[in-house]
Amino acid sequence: MDFAASFALVLPELVLTATGLVLLLVAAWGGDKTARPIAILAASALFASGLLLVPGLHNGTDGPATLAFGGLLKIDSFALFAKALIYLSAIGALMIAPAFFASPSAGTERGMRAEYPVLVLFACLGMSIMVSANDFMSLYLGLELNSLSAYVLAAILRRDTRSGEAGLKYFVLGALASGILLYGISLLYGFTGGTSFAAVRAGLTGEMGTGALFGVIFVLSGLAFKISAVPFHMWTPDVYEGAPTPVTAFFATAPKVAAVALTARVVFEVFGGQVAAWQQIVMFMALASIVFGALGAIGQENLKRLLAFSSINNVGFILLGLAVANADGASAMLVYLFIYVAMSLGCFVALLMLRDEEGALFETFADIRGLSVTRPAIAWALLLFMFSLAGIPPLLGFYAKFVIFQATIEANLVVFGAIAIAASVIGAFYYIKFVKVMFFDEPAGVVTGKSETGHWVLLALTALIISPLGYLLTPSLTDLAGKAAASLFLAV
Amino acid sequence: MEGLPILSLMMLVPLAGAAACLFSGANAARWIALGATLVTFVLGVILWSNYQIGGPQWQFTERAELFAGFSYALGIDGIALMLIMLSVFLMPVCILASWDSVTKRVGEYMAAFLFMEVLMIGTFAAQDLFLFYVFFEAGLIPMYLIIGVWGGDNRIYASYKFFLYTLFGSVLMLIAMFWMVAQAGTSDIPTLMEYGFPASAQTWLWLAFFASFAVKVPMWPLHTWLPDAHVQAPTAGSVILAGVLLKLGGYGFIRFSLPMFPEASAQFAWLVFALSMIAVVYTSLVALVQSDMKKLIAYSSVAHMAIVTVGLFAFNVQGLEGAMIVMLSHGLVSGALFLCVGVIYDRLHTREITRYGGLAINMPYYALFFLLFTMASIGLPGTSGFVGEFLSLAGIYQTSSTVALICTTGIILGAAYMLYLYRRVAFGGQTNEDAAAMPDISAREWIMMAPIAAAVLWMGVYPESFLAPMRKDIAVLDARLAAAAPAGDARLAPGTPRAQAANALGHHEGMEHESAKEGAH
Repeated sequence: MDFAASFALVLPELVLTATGLVLLLVAAWGGDKTARPIAILAASALFASGLLLVPGLHNGTDGPATLAFGGLLKIDSFALFAKALIYLSAIGALMIAPAFFASPSAGTERGMRAEYPVLVLFACLGMSIMVSANDFMSLYLGLELNSLSAYVLAAILRRDTRSGEAGLKYFVLGALASGILLYGISLLYGFTGGTSFAAVRAGLTGEMGTGALFGVIFVLSGLAFKISAVPFHMWTPDVYEGAPTPVTAFFATAPKVAAVALTARVVFEVFGGQVAAWQQIVMFMALASIVFGALGAIGQENLKRLLAFSSINNVGFILLGLAVANADGASAMLVYLFIYVAMSLGCFVALLMLRDEEGALFETFADIRGLSVTRPAIAWALLLFMFSLAGIPPLLGFYAKFVIFQATIEANLVVFGAIAIAASVIGAFYYIKFVKVMFFDEPAGVVTGKSETGHWVLLALTALIISPLGYLLTPSLTDLAGKAAASLFLAV
Repeated sequence: MEGLPILSLMMLVPLAGAAACLFSGANAARWIALGATLVTFVLGVILWSNYQIGGPQWQFTERAELFAGFSYALGIDGIALMLIMLSVFLMPVCILASWDSVTKRVGEYMAAFLFMEVLMIGTFAAQDLFLFYVFFEAGLIPMYLIIGVWGGDNRIYASYKFFLYTLFGSVLMLIAMFWMVAQAGTSDIPTLMEYGFPASAQTWLWLAFFASFAVKVPMWPLHTWLPDAHVQAPTAGSVILAGVLLKLGGYGFIRFSLPMFPEASAQFAWLVFALSMIAVVYTSLVALVQSDMKKLIAYSSVAHMAIVTVGLFAFNVQGLEGAMIVMLSHGLVSGALFLCVGVIYDRLHTREITRYGGLAINMPYYALFFLLFTMASIGLPGTSGFVGEFLSLAGIYQTSSTVALICTTGIILGAAYMLYLYRRVAFGGQTNEDAAAMPDISAREWIMMAPIAAAVLWMGVYPESFLAPMRKDIAVLDARLAAAAPAGDARLAPGTPRAQAANALGHHEGMEHESAKEGAH
């Protein structure tokens, strides 16, 4: 394969790289007053890259024609699906940022820093590489590009100690995770003699030695860190709480999609021949995430912290799809990811819209008491998101759980599925607490300020997707996810 | 009527009404809600009058492949028809019941009720397993809000309890549904009703469905959410809970558990009997000592629903028909009793029985209606309660005379607690001045009570109107259950008929024969 063909395959990434570098220069020379145009340009670049994915996504691509740069990257339907989702959530994260940073509570006199959109762009570039990685080298490259941008994003409010703390914690624990991952990769390299996914897979056939098994476990642990699955979840609540809310919204969506997609690719394409070696680990992580995500959330007063536990809980359900270890499970997982992104983005937008006259954000349950009286539109939207997260029909969150559990049962993991779904009832407890506080309690009497049009648009859009009307999307969503999942298993 | 998607229309009207209510003021919302429910009721009457008795088993079918994984398929048989009628009949009454008593956030309240109506019709009409689940489970959202926002003092505890109890029961059912669909390759309910699941799997499937329906019915010992939810819900919420939501459990048994898992149903009949017997005696005794009127009626609901479950698992036509009539009758009667409580609650704002007394003196019309519904609840001949309870108990007698014996004590105890309640509220001296000053029922309350009273008498005097649409469906179900039906302990040996009745005058033989045939329904 010549270079031109490879470049054609990574055109979206090239667009992101070029835009990112140019915008970085603009930011360096123009300063923070150019932040808004930069954000708009960055969002446009993401949108343009997203448009480039459409033909491949629609027709479905797989096979050797998708390999770029001598097999370092693989741009198949699966990668395209994940990328589309990543770009969409990144656009959302860019849309909600300016208003937040402009408010006095952010502590930035000059509004949004010009680096913010650029960092989001680079993070997306890293994630694009992650999800299309076909070699442990490119995997690590993408992962680190994403992580390093994310560390800076978490700490972007320099004068806010909580933001700094979040950035530091994220960095230290993220570096530890990267180290674990690298160690796993090196073990796999040592025992199989290659870093490309195909080579490692070939080396893992037959009876697996202890060393290789350790490699598998270390790689999985490193990845579990990135998707914040129990027992590697401890950084999530602190980072989510401390990071500025738009950044938290970003963390909860795009990097999660990327890390989950990457994990899926690794377990299916690299460890696909050794299902027995990892299935139980993934099952354990799934159940533990569902249970601990739910139990941890119960006592929380801070809404962002609660959403952090909710994301852990959701990762559990996503891993359930992974544990099924077939194309149905992978497809269900992708459907879940899409719906999860819409729900999380919606929740965070709603949280960002809740501010008092001075512009300070509402962050605890006490602040949103009686919200249905003071801000009915936002309260009803949050009600939809909460019931949807709890998986109550007729909201789309039910469909997400529906496909996951259907795949679980069809793969004959009945007991496993029954335990998981029973545990999901624990989660419902704190989601309905949200509704209780907003609807049943007396208003807290806090005057609430105005919200930006961009926020309203995003809130309306996500609420519409989550509403029963979203079910009309399911045929095409299932079709796309099915194609993506099929390309993942074609390689086998 | 051909081609008109009347079931979808019946769901669309309240849905549109709900949307309109959300965005309108208090008074407009009341009228919109009343209008929407009345239109739906008229549609329901059209539905009933166009239903062909003895026609195809599934009528008014609609099907559209809108979603991935399941389809939008609707259709009804006689059993579903009757329950839909019950729902659309009670809805306008509920709206009227909350006309003056609900003053805060009226638009949202009415929207929640109309949404509830959509879901109830959808649940009874769904022909796809997952579509059924969606409607069945979605009812949690409006009910949670109705109890939590407009309920009494302890509403938050009650709403949590209601939500989590019912959710936990239902998710296990969902798992069972996935298994069934994977096994049978279709989620079409009529097909699944004829599908033979392996007996070993039936056991687990039955238990999973039981977990959900037993909570909904509710059966002892899973009933504890009910008194809390009832007492804390606003009057109309209690009416809908008792009138229709409890029927979802009974409907679930008759639509899913019995036809889909007949062997397991027979195997677990003893469990149902045991729980029902305990429920009848225990909850009746509990009802006897209640000082809160709503709680008393709530416990009586548990006892009545136990008669339903006993009838369902009698595995014969009488039992099934009786169970259906008890469900319909209980929907009307307990709904009406909650309305009766609501009427005096609106005036005095207390449900304490001792705060009332002698209401027959200053509220004679009220006392009349209350008496009628009290008698119907006890099962006085001529009221709907008698027909249902008689058929149910006659059905269970063929299967187990012990169960019949113990369940019949429920009727005696029922008479005890209902008459005791009535005596303390309506009779005796006017011990409380404020209660004695209460005005009799208003025109609005007349409009609420009179139709229910008429329906109760109609069902009591001429139950054939209600039994006829269901007869064929129950016969089909009975035939399906025949193979698995447990042998009854009543060894009914048909004797040789006398040549002449003891008091025969010669030409009466033909009539005897007729009535014997009728008794076999």
